[in-house]
Amino acid sequence: MSAKTWAYVSNYFVYSSMVVYTLAFFSHAYETAWSLRNPDAAKSSDGNLLTKTLDFTKTEKIARIATSMMILGTTLLFAGVVSRGISAGRVPWSNMYEFSITGAFAFSVAYLLTLRKYDLRWLGLPISIVVLLVLGTAITVLYRPSAPLVPALKSTWLVIHVSAAIICGGVFFLANVISGMYLWLDSVEQRGGRNPWAQRLPDLETLDQLAYRLVAFVFPLWTFAVIAGAIWAEHAWGRYWGWDPKETWAFITWVAYAAYLHARVTIGWKGRKAAWLCLFAGSTFIFNYVYVNIWGTGKHTYSGLK
Amino acid sequence: MSEIQLGFVGSFRYLWRQLTSMRTALMLLLLTGLAAIPGSLLPQRTNGAIPVQDYFKANPGLAKFLDKLWMFDVYGSPWFSAIYILLFISLIGCVIPRVIEHGKSMLKPPPAAPSRLERMEHHQVFAGDLEVLEKYLRSKRFRVRQEGDWISAEKGYLREFGNLLFHLSLILILLGVSLGSLFGMKGDSIVNIGERFSNIPTNYDSITYGKLFTDKMLTPFVIKADNFVAKYNPVTNMPEDYTLSVSVANSPDAEPVKRIIKVNSPLNFGSTAVYLQANGYSPLVTVRNASGAIVFQGAVPLLPQDGNLSSTGAIKVPDTSPQIGFVTSFFPTIEQRKGQPARSSYPEALDPRLFIATYVGDLQIDNGIPQSVYKLNTEKMVQVGLKQLKVGETFKFNDGSLTFEGYVPWVNLNIVRDPGKQIALIGGILAILGLLASLFARHRRIWVRRKGKELEIAGLAKNAAPGLEDEIAKIVKEFS
Repeated sequence: MSAKTWAYVSNYFVYSSMVVYTLAFFSHAYETAWSLRNPDAAKSSDGNLLTKTLDFTKTEKIARIATSMMILGTTLLFAGVVSRGISAGRVPWSNMYEFSITGAFAFSVAYLLTLRKYDLRWLGLPISIVVLLVLGTAITVLYRPSAPLVPALKSTWLVIHVSAAIICGGVFFLANVISGMYLWLDSVEQRGGRNPWAQRLPDLETLDQLAYRLVAFVFPLWTFAVIAGAIWAEHAWGRYWGWDPKETWAFITWVAYAAYLHARVTIGWKGRKAAWLCLFAGSTFIFNYVYVNIWGTGKHTYSGLK
Repeated sequence: MSEIQLGFVGSFRYLWRQLTSMRTALMLLLLTGLAAIPGSLLPQRTNGAIPVQDYFKANPGLAKFLDKLWMFDVYGSPWFSAIYILLFISLIGCVIPRVIEHGKSMLKPPPAAPSRLERMEHHQVFAGDLEVLEKYLRSKRFRVRQEGDWISAEKGYLREFGNLLFHLSLILILLGVSLGSLFGMKGDSIVNIGERFSNIPTNYDSITYGKLFTDKMLTPFVIKADNFVAKYNPVTNMPEDYTLSVSVANSPDAEPVKRIIKVNSPLNFGSTAVYLQANGYSPLVTVRNASGAIVFQGAVPLLPQDGNLSSTGAIKVPDTSPQIGFVTSFFPTIEQRKGQPARSSYPEALDPRLFIATYVGDLQIDNGIPQSVYKLNTEKMVQVGLKQLKVGETFKFNDGSLTFEGYVPWVNLNIVRDPGKQIALIGGILAILGLLASLFARHRRIWVRRKGKELEIAGLAKNAAPGLEDEIAKIVKEFS
């Protein structure tokens, strides 16, 4: 097949993964809605939904369907990313469209892998929304035809540095969603208690721990991504650190997560304070991706949008 | 007198404790991050003077105010330096005592088992043999201390070791960066293909030295630019590959060696590296005076203005009377449409054209004010003609003529000496290794005490590391 055909194939895969993610989104939404309005609880004479013990056997089936859809969508997206790479004859990480589809893939994989250990299916709804938004923006606004690399990107470090950064992005994003969930549930609890749907979500302690573990797990990889970037910059641009906006924000993200880890481990910050710090650190990463790529200046102008 | 001294020492101690407290360190860490932000949003002089000048033109008042706060030199500013120097002092203050403590704890046997194990975590009672357990714990590479009827075992020193290694490596990185900025240099030189560059200060178009760098530290070498090939994508016009072939010698008399320089593979001379940073075209011209004698001949580098290498510059001929100057544009593949300025439609020279605006008069080179070689000061000159030339064509005017003989590509060599980069790299690698050890090694203690005919076991997981409960459960299952 020619490069052009592979590019078409890639687009079809990405589109079909979006269809499947949409099905996953609806299944998760249905499951959520079902558990919010439990018919058994409504029939009871007490009438107080909050105090009823809920039976989730009915939603279990639809929750399984939703997870299967997430797995299928992620597989299709993987095929989309790989065929994009084949069409361009290189790793598919050279413009913002490609970063975005690979990033959405990394994010889904981070979620699915965490799912093996923790029952995170309650996160399925926000996660399918995020993936759909990222893919939707990618294919409409950020799309660029598949093209070979400019000389500055022709390096093994493209594979190493960018893949590390994308994996970190996926996991940071997941930690952000969990910290956001923590803050929301915390305020719900302070206002008088969780509604039936929220009752089956993990307790605050677990969420707090989970966000910490994700960050602690991926922080060394982020350090590696920054150092690998520095080595590459030394090869390509003649200096390993130049306070280019992208580098500066990568440094800020690193410092913010370092502060988060210190605050947790050494000072013993937990709960709201830690969750806010985690959200702040994660948002510096997103700012770096969105703002610096699109409106920023400097040497990391590979979005393909200018 | 002694009272004042005490007061001084006392307050110094107080300040030191404040500075090295974890809370202060955390604040300084966050502050370093925040302080880095303005430099990413405002143009920085270290990344090029022109965006800063543009900012000054657009907002003169604000720019002046921001400049007073070093906002265009954030990363070299006193306030940014103050923050990171305080951070590193605080870091050293935190780490050194911990290094000493860790060293001591490695030499000392593990602390004695607590007298009441039932108060500790994961406490269990089971029937077992103390000696067998001791052997088992040793085989699992615990450090074991047995006295009388108890065992104290400790494992996971790697965690603190990694933690300390990580923080010490950061100091190493800072050292590498400082060495680079003190003893380093960087410079640029535009070299026409076919010409030589020898590494002496006067051959540079721009050069900056570190504070302690001297001319003697320049690595001696000579590079001859033999050939340059640029490949472009015919559909998108984007560059696909640049290859520069050079002959290199360590001195002008030495036998040259052939080498290739590409964008991602510089040429290295120890801690000095030569990078291929930009490229363009130099038209070859011959200028004759009114009597037909050659007054200028050679390649004139022009500066690219767009991705298709439309280039502009100037040719200055000072040794004639009156002096002659040309405002020059070069288009490798000319595209001319009615009502639009000429431009290049492709970066390769498929249909090259030279545009010249000829001036005669006073170039004002000798008045002491430095001039850009790419700009003509036409204040005291008169325009005597406009002309576009194909290769081989000549433009004649009253005071002489210009012949467009051809063109050669030029390359911009970026030459950087950084004697600290290896140290920074080692620091970076050690930092990652330390980080992995400190985040994934589990530090824990296990105690066993004989109680009548049974054994009591309990443990302590530092930093709430998971897995100790399972570990103890496994021991109980295996040995009871």
